[in-house]
Amino acid sequence: MKLDFDDRDKAFREEVREFLRTSLPEDIRRKMMRSAHPEKSDIVRWQRLLNAKGWAVPHWPAEWGGTNWTPVQRYIFNEEVTQWPAPETLSFNTTMIGPVLITFGSAEQKRRFLPAAANLDIWFCQGFSEPGAGSDLASLTTRAIRDGDDFVINGQKIWTSTAHLADWIFVLARTSQTAKKQEGISFILVDLKTPGVEVRPILTIDGHHYTNEVFFTDVRVPSSNLVGEENRGWDYAKFLLGNERVGIARVGLSKARLREARILASRQLTRSGSLWTDRDFRQQFARLEIELKAVEITAMRLLDADKHREKGKPNPMSSILKIKGAETQQRSAELMLKAAGPHAIPAKWQGNGADDAVEALNSWAAGKASTFFFSRAASIFGGSNEIQRNILAKAVLGL
Amino acid sequence: MDFDLSEEQRLLKDNVERLAEASSRFAKPDAKHRPGMVDRDVWRHFGEFGLLGLPFSEADGGFGGGPVEAMIVAEALGRHLCLMPYVASIGMAGSLLRFGATPDQRRIYLPEIADGTKLLTFAYQEPQSRYDLADVETTAKQVGREWILNGRKCGVIAGDIADWIVVSARTAGKRFDQNGIGLFLVEPNGPGMMRNSFVAQDDTGGAEIILSDVHVSNSARLDAGGEGLAVIERASDVALAASLAECVGIMDAMLKITVEYLKTRKQFGKAIGEFQALQHRAADMLVAVEQARSMAIYAASMAGNEDVDARRRAISAAKVQVGDSLRFVAGNAVQLHGGIGVTEECAVGPYFKRATVLEMFLGDSDHHLARFAETDEPEQIGQVEL
Repeated sequence: MKLDFDDRDKAFREEVREFLRTSLPEDIRRKMMRSAHPEKSDIVRWQRLLNAKGWAVPHWPAEWGGTNWTPVQRYIFNEEVTQWPAPETLSFNTTMIGPVLITFGSAEQKRRFLPAAANLDIWFCQGFSEPGAGSDLASLTTRAIRDGDDFVINGQKIWTSTAHLADWIFVLARTSQTAKKQEGISFILVDLKTPGVEVRPILTIDGHHYTNEVFFTDVRVPSSNLVGEENRGWDYAKFLLGNERVGIARVGLSKARLREARILASRQLTRSGSLWTDRDFRQQFARLEIELKAVEITAMRLLDADKHREKGKPNPMSSILKIKGAETQQRSAELMLKAAGPHAIPAKWQGNGADDAVEALNSWAAGKASTFFFSRAASIFGGSNEIQRNILAKAVLGL
Repeated sequence: MDFDLSEEQRLLKDNVERLAEASSRFAKPDAKHRPGMVDRDVWRHFGEFGLLGLPFSEADGGFGGGPVEAMIVAEALGRHLCLMPYVASIGMAGSLLRFGATPDQRRIYLPEIADGTKLLTFAYQEPQSRYDLADVETTAKQVGREWILNGRKCGVIAGDIADWIVVSARTAGKRFDQNGIGLFLVEPNGPGMMRNSFVAQDDTGGAEIILSDVHVSNSARLDAGGEGLAVIERASDVALAASLAECVGIMDAMLKITVEYLKTRKQFGKAIGEFQALQHRAADMLVAVEQARSMAIYAASMAGNEDVDARRRAISAAKVQVGDSLRFVAGNAVQLHGGIGVTEECAVGPYFKRATVLEMFLGDSDHHLARFAETDEPEQIGQVEL
């Protein structure tokens, strides 16, 4: 058991840091530090810079742009990049549709979509959940009926994040009515510009527009948009959902939040010092730091354990990372909000010109409530924490 | 970075798991030994297997085992509820020898420690103290080439049967002073020594010792450099790391027993493990165990770190996580067993009591949370400016 990073790994970390230091455009960096809400153009620009370096899709096979890094290097890269004030690469492209096409797609689909996905020339979004099919995804009813050389799709998807920015959507649709609902589902790619597709925004409590509903009314797509075999879509969905778990806990995000919470707390002066020297706050902070460290090492262990596992079979233990990752994201957002305190309450200034100075004075607190509200979703999406517990109980403990 | 055990480590694990199971608290008791009582034959057997000499350097006649080896041994002991005082004796007291004794002293003491003839322990706690290792009022006054020790030590693990006891005593200063603490090896049956034995809550043995003008040769002083507290703290961090691994073993066992019970116990016409509330509870226990395991590994990786602050910070962090997990897993293991969970006969009870005692070893989690919160994170990259 070797628990430290060797010289090669240390040098690699330096290399990654140097690249981040010198290549992240200053305007993006400043925007991220101020509000952590990049525009589409920022996300695209940064992913293309990473792709030019060959680092946009490190975990893909080398022939499609992967780097052949060791698991440790992938871990180090992920740790460094997620703590940097840079937008994340588009996970729908890099960790979802990419690996699915690589594993199950046709040669033509790979050629057409993979380089474009890596370079964010095509922006994908995910059409899985429906109003009536959340945790029970297999009960989905959006259907795709064969008509000549096409599929005609009717139905509705929900929680389609970034659909309003995206070019394509990958959809789970029912292509056969079978006794076992998992066995009649297909995985189909749809160009969002196809007639009959309508995207409607959903406003979430963080005050931002990130997610949507997507309605399909007689949407006609060529059958070559089918990925893999008809009626095998559930297998591909399971593969997608279990895939690429190295970043699932988002330790880097929580670390960055903790760092910010500390800085904010030390600036909140009190009668006896600052919020940072307050024993209660300090202990809450310490507990979270410790728990986050444990999550980080659990993530490293599971990543290392992959080398003993059959490729393509997700490790059910990764549910631990989803559960604890979500909890630490939420608690770190909460600590930032605590530090911001009452100054986080004003959500929207009316701009009646009364006193700009006051609004600007505490603008640092502005985004903290929004982040806290959005963090509530972390334990819900991607398989709720309750579903993750079901997985652990069943697949690990045999209950 | 690689979390796999080497071939040698796997062999060590297999051997010690077997040894621990054979000398488990649940193994058939005989007339001579109550559960938890140290069987000196077993202790010597440990010696034959190289466990007692494991952490000592090869130059000193040991096997040069490190924190990972200590973790492997301790985890097995915990898993099988083997109550041999390995961590306290070899992990803690043995480390005092490793870090504080001169090569000559080690040459004198180590062989009999390693073969199990002599059992060594460390007496640090006093009636007025909690977890502060510098809270020492036992005194050591130098007279010629001897020291005269006076004071009381309590909660001495394996103090009832130890052949040699290292005692922390004050050569200078007053209570809580970091300087002026020395380490002295005494024989518990010598003149001036009085020993009151007890059976602890977890069936292990201990003692209170009273020192009245106990004469100790200067050659039995273990911190020749006068760095007593530093040696104690270094040894206690090593012992803590091992102790945390023992806790992980305990948690593994408690979870396994509990899941088995959930699958077999029937109520309302089905196995109680089919109820989702209990499935989720068991899942949460699994999460707690794995988080603890991660931090026990982290502690092992930092136990020998030269940066004292980084070491203390890491060990304390690990203790907090393991303590939190232990409380959760142990408590729920009892809970999920229903009424039988609080009986002596059911296995979870003895595990729960051992866990309770271990939580207090060298400081409970509250103590370590405070110690951790006092330290600071070393400068990291990407320090985002606001």
